[in-house]
Amino acid sequence: MSRIKEHPILGNEIRRKKVTIYCDNREIKAYEGEMIAAALIANGIRTFRYTKRFDKPRGLYCGIGRCTDCVMTVNGIPNVRTCITPVEEGMVITTQEGLGCWERSGDNEKI
Amino acid sequence: MKKYEVVVVGAGPAGLSAAIECARAGAKVLVADENNKPGGQLFKQIHKFFGSKEHKAGVRGIYIGEQLLKETENLSIEVWLGSEVCGIDADKSVWIIKNKEESCCVKAERIIIASGATENSIAFEGWTLPGVMGAGAAQTMMNCYRVLPGKRVLMIGSGNVGVIVSYQLLQAGAEVVGIVEAASALGGYGVHTAKVRRAGVPFYTGYTVKRGIGEKYIEAAEIVKLDSDWKHIPGSEKILTADTICLAVGLTPLIELAWLAGCRFTYSAKLGGHIPVHNKYMETTVKGIYIAGDVSGIEEASTAMEEGRLAGISAAWSLGYYDDQEAEILIEEEWRKLNLLRCGQFGVNRKVSKDEILNKWEEMRNE
Repeated sequence: MSRIKEHPILGNEIRRKKVTIYCDNREIKAYEGEMIAAALIANGIRTFRYTKRFDKPRGLYCGIGRCTDCVMTVNGIPNVRTCITPVEEGMVITTQEGLGCWERSGDNEKI
Repeated sequence: MKKYEVVVVGAGPAGLSAAIECARAGAKVLVADENNKPGGQLFKQIHKFFGSKEHKAGVRGIYIGEQLLKETENLSIEVWLGSEVCGIDADKSVWIIKNKEESCCVKAERIIIASGATENSIAFEGWTLPGVMGAGAAQTMMNCYRVLPGKRVLMIGSGNVGVIVSYQLLQAGAEVVGIVEAASALGGYGVHTAKVRRAGVPFYTGYTVKRGIGEKYIEAAEIVKLDSDWKHIPGSEKILTADTICLAVGLTPLIELAWLAGCRFTYSAKLGGHIPVHNKYMETTVKGIYIAGDVSGIEEASTAMEEGRLAGISAAWSLGYYDDQEAEILIEEEWRKLNLLRCGQFGVNRKVSKDEILNKWEEMRNE
């Protein structure tokens, strides 16, 4: 929902290297080394995917890579656990519909 | 195939402590962890630890984590990060997906499983909406990535995780609209409970969450009072405005690898579920496979570190790096420290449950 600028234990935010990522074509500033989920939540994005059968929204749940609720399509690869995958410069992230599909050139077959 | 004397699964407090003891004794160790950073859940624990001075009481978890990493580095322990252990064979072959891409197999003489735990859930209407998350997930976002997961948070569960994460939410700038506890008494240590109470956070004892309300994400929560049979009391509902509901309702040991390795289990409700049966050296029913930390029963990071050391010393001893007399002294010392952590109002239940597991190992051995 927002970045923590000041903190009584962790101290003030120090300048970190920024990277640009894209979520559903929206340009987002993220910090190098942080997880995709953290960058998205910091920018107000809470819904990461919609379920296959009932089209229900899902977001971050366990935060440690166990539950797979936060999976999204990242650089054309579906079902990437965003809570344990660090951002990279130019990363393209899309809200995942259902089980997602592989977006490789010449191969758009739904799985 | 690469060979190691000891393969440690998990680079959290238990795994690193185990690896440090093995390496210190002279054994060739590999630590594998699926995360990109070592330290397990220590780096989100910005509160001060409990216990006595020798258990690093008063030191914040993050600094304990840094100390462990430094020791690991000083001993030149090989640590594979981003490397998930996905299988253990009966002949102690360990299957690892190295760097998330290369499948490989290493041969171990001893294995120490320190795979940790995962948070429990409770299901209620609306619990799958974005904004409902584990208290640990909120803690990771705040303390590891400096991202506030919500502005108005309702905490479910008043145990240590519930009250500590509530306090950390306040420290990070969020509002905690309440802490809901189904039992009639609060579950956490007084020191942490008092801190959130002093900050004005209301406690709802004898309540549970009935419903998460919202279309796309959580906008409010409905809580309800429980009768003596844990049933909802109609008419006692309250609606609290919140954008986040955190669940702090216990943890379950991550035991899959121990199952795969053929370890035998026993059920212990107090320790969080099915636990691999082990002896006082932390060795399971499979010879040469040890466990340490939350996988051997949910406790705290301080206990996990002592158990890790115990498993490491035992494994090194079985490999011949200590003679019986040396090992006995070191093992006795670890038990003394563990017993200190398992006493008092909260600790004694864990002590009793752990003793039951040790007895079970004796029983199984004599079968």
